[in-house]
Amino acid sequence: MNGRIHSFQSLGAVDGPGVRFTVFLQGCNLRCKCCHNPDTHNFDGGYEYSPEEVLKKALNYREYFGKKGGITLSGGEPLLQAEFVYELFSLCKTHNIHTCLDTSGSIINPCVKKLLTVSDFVLLDIKYTDDSLYLENAGCSLYKVLDFLELLEEKQIKTVLRQVIIPTLNDNTQNIQKLKEIASAYKCVEKIELLPFKKMCSTKYEALKIPFPFGHLPEATPEQVEKLQNML
Amino acid sequence: MTHQNWIDFKPGIWQDQINVRDFIQTNYTEYTGDSSFLASATKRTSDLMEKVQALFKLERQRDGVLDIDTKTVTSLTSYMPGYIDKDNELIVGLQTDAPLKRGVNPFGGIRMARQACSSYGYTLGEKIEEEFRYRTTHNDGVFRAYTDEMRLARRCHVITGLPDAYGRGRIIGDYRRVALYGVDALIEQKKKDKAQLDKKDFTAEKIQLSEELYRQILFLGYLKEMAQMYGYDISQPAKDTKEAVQWTYFAYLGAIKEQNGAAMSLGRVSTFFDIYIERDIKNGILTEQDAQEIIDDFVIKLRLARHLRTPEYNQLFGGDPMWITEAIGGMGCDGRTLVSKTSFRILNTLYTLGPAPEPNLTVLWSVNLPDGFKKFCAEVSQDTDSIQYENDDLMRDLHGDDYAIACCVSAMTIGKQMQFFGARCNLAKLLLIALNGGYDTTSDIHIGPQMSVLEGKKLDYNAVMERYKIYLSWIAHLYVNTMNIIHFMHDKYAYEKLQMALHDSDVERFMAFGIAGLSVVADSLSAIKFAEVYPVKDSNGFIVDFTTQGEFPKFGNDDDRVDLIAKEMTHLFITELRKTPTYRNAVHTLSVLTITSNVMYGKNTGSTPDGRKASEPFAPGANPMHGREENGALASLNSVAKISYDDCRDGISNTFSITPQALGNDREDRTENLVSILDGYFAKKAHHINVNVLNRETLIKAFESPEDYPNLTIRVSGYAVNFNKLSREMQREVISRTFHERI
Repeated sequence: MNGRIHSFQSLGAVDGPGVRFTVFLQGCNLRCKCCHNPDTHNFDGGYEYSPEEVLKKALNYREYFGKKGGITLSGGEPLLQAEFVYELFSLCKTHNIHTCLDTSGSIINPCVKKLLTVSDFVLLDIKYTDDSLYLENAGCSLYKVLDFLELLEEKQIKTVLRQVIIPTLNDNTQNIQKLKEIASAYKCVEKIELLPFKKMCSTKYEALKIPFPFGHLPEATPEQVEKLQNML
Repeated sequence: MTHQNWIDFKPGIWQDQINVRDFIQTNYTEYTGDSSFLASATKRTSDLMEKVQALFKLERQRDGVLDIDTKTVTSLTSYMPGYIDKDNELIVGLQTDAPLKRGVNPFGGIRMARQACSSYGYTLGEKIEEEFRYRTTHNDGVFRAYTDEMRLARRCHVITGLPDAYGRGRIIGDYRRVALYGVDALIEQKKKDKAQLDKKDFTAEKIQLSEELYRQILFLGYLKEMAQMYGYDISQPAKDTKEAVQWTYFAYLGAIKEQNGAAMSLGRVSTFFDIYIERDIKNGILTEQDAQEIIDDFVIKLRLARHLRTPEYNQLFGGDPMWITEAIGGMGCDGRTLVSKTSFRILNTLYTLGPAPEPNLTVLWSVNLPDGFKKFCAEVSQDTDSIQYENDDLMRDLHGDDYAIACCVSAMTIGKQMQFFGARCNLAKLLLIALNGGYDTTSDIHIGPQMSVLEGKKLDYNAVMERYKIYLSWIAHLYVNTMNIIHFMHDKYAYEKLQMALHDSDVERFMAFGIAGLSVVADSLSAIKFAEVYPVKDSNGFIVDFTTQGEFPKFGNDDDRVDLIAKEMTHLFITELRKTPTYRNAVHTLSVLTITSNVMYGKNTGSTPDGRKASEPFAPGANPMHGREENGALASLNSVAKISYDDCRDGISNTFSITPQALGNDREDRTENLVSILDGYFAKKAHHINVNVLNRETLIKAFESPEDYPNLTIRVSGYAVNFNKLSREMQREVISRTFHERI
């Protein structure tokens, strides 16, 4: 089946191992208040592509992938289009292209489980380590994400846990401590990556004429993030 | 033939003929390890460098020129020896009798020399003026022969940057020959070559060659004299590392004393030096520290090299670069890598001496280069933004494994091939001239086939192409003829005696043509083809602007619809150029390289159908226009990689700027990813890339407070510049270039 795609980034150097061709899918089930891609929320936007068409684009970049790189499906939420991503990843596998999902891990269904059989790597966005913060600011439960992580553990898919550090919400040592505890409970987790909360996306919100829910919060500085990262 | 100074070297045909390549292949040691063996700067080096930095500072304070010797015409022996700090220099020799003091070279044209002196507050010496009153310069000769149309083409800037008033450069002497064989053996060989001519029919070509060989021999003699003034006898082969570097440097120094060519490239000396270093280390007479120190001292000398230019020239090229290009690494035809420890050592000078634009360190990249070297290069790029990369796998097929790069991207087999440099033709301007039926609106000059302004409210792609091809064909013929005159006269009045003495007597010549504005033309033609372009006319009925409606594919997005237009343009142009015969049967080649003159080209070009407004800068070289890349860095690289090296044998330059954050999360990732990008780009058969890893903010800060960034070096277009030496306008243009950022 065809997928709805927001855009392509030919050089994804921070979207999984090595140099990657990154596909941003259109449509998301969550409405995280810190989201930096609000233009991918609406499922009606974007352009329709078949898995073959996307594969063809990815193949244009395979010379750059080196030993580690490959394709990354981001979004939006790739699990929302699990059937399409499954077909695309299956095609990638026949061309020996390494596959990676960049996901919130908030959807589990048979299609998603099938998709994981062709996913080599997962970037799992674990937004908060506190369930109430999760529910309030992402509209999803922490436990659902942990269930997804359980699934990754079961299928032994190499995983990086990612968290955006948002000043006043999760820029504290308790959060980092909990993140560390979660990570150590799963063998599939290779590392934890902290990213600074940035507000470059506010222009996107303005263009869409929707409010940026976290527009009032300060950005996280690289030093702040580095300090927390060093605690991991 | 054998020589006591060759002891411990493996024998080969290099002993019986002048054949540096064979010497290297027989004797070098490939190095596949990492950079951990490198030594840092010694106190002597740092102290000497400090003195040099102080001189650089003084030079900057004096508007870029420290001093000029206005009374002496530069040549090999016309100045007394000069030193920075005589007792503490390992490698000696300066262009004049003092560091950074510039000599006068009026052979290209006396007017240029006079202007250069006067613009820095000096007056060209009366004796020189008098002498050159009775002497024909290269510039005089060219203008005697130029036709009216050639002058017009020059005046309206459709062909510009022609080397008709200064030295053409782009010739690389095989400076290593002096170290390996000593000057006497080289003279002997040249005498033999000259004697060989006896049996030939003395046609004009043979008479010319005979006189040239006479002059080559004469100048080899002067080279010996020059070295003698510094207390060295270079008639015999060098006996150790220090002598090998010194002999080679003397040869290069002789060349830049004699010639003020635009680009005076060094060649490929690192792995050659490495053979001497390995031998001396094995014999216990040299340590790693000593080896680095000698290389450091050599590079300090190269960083002091200067030519006297006019301020306009400096503005055009961002300071006064000499393109002292050193080609590093690459693979041998036998599959061994040509990377040696000295390939690392020369890159290491960017740490021991700090980043700098010169020498123009150029890594010949192959997918098969050892991982340790690839990684080190990627680290140096991140730290210094001072190196460029060129595709060894493409060039080795054509030039063998002992070629070097002249200027930015021009490959030639050392000592066997040379080129006639030919600047470039502004194809975007030509498109406008074609649409206006042979009229250039920016200069108000009628030129080329005269016909009516292209008719129609909306531009029709086929009609435009038909018209454009007529003008491409016209300009190609004019361009080749113009170049023929220039190089005929350069050979006649400003022949490179010493550099050519360091070539085989029978050389292969290239005539290197160039294109400016490729991405502007590609996008303009794409707009005409895929969108709707309506010409806007002035009161005289000439097209002065365009209204473009609708979307069109833009070069830089890996979209064949427009990328293939760019590729086709280069093919069309070289095909047209090949139709006119060249002086000395040179092989026609083509480059897509603008150096930093993309700003000037833009200034002289009216609005174009792609939406670029009159006088706005072009993108440099083969780069896509800034801000039109929508699919990220690799899509942009893929577009450029589609331009065929078969059509552009003189090089395709691409400048790539990326922020560290976009390249990876940490240093290790960034290094690895940069290596993958280079491997991928060159696997796509791309030719060249400048790599800058930096944030736009750094440049903005340097723009605002230049004093805080005296040594900020960045790659621009085939070479590196000191950011502070760029004009304000160029700095702004560099800041506006696409930086591939993390989104």
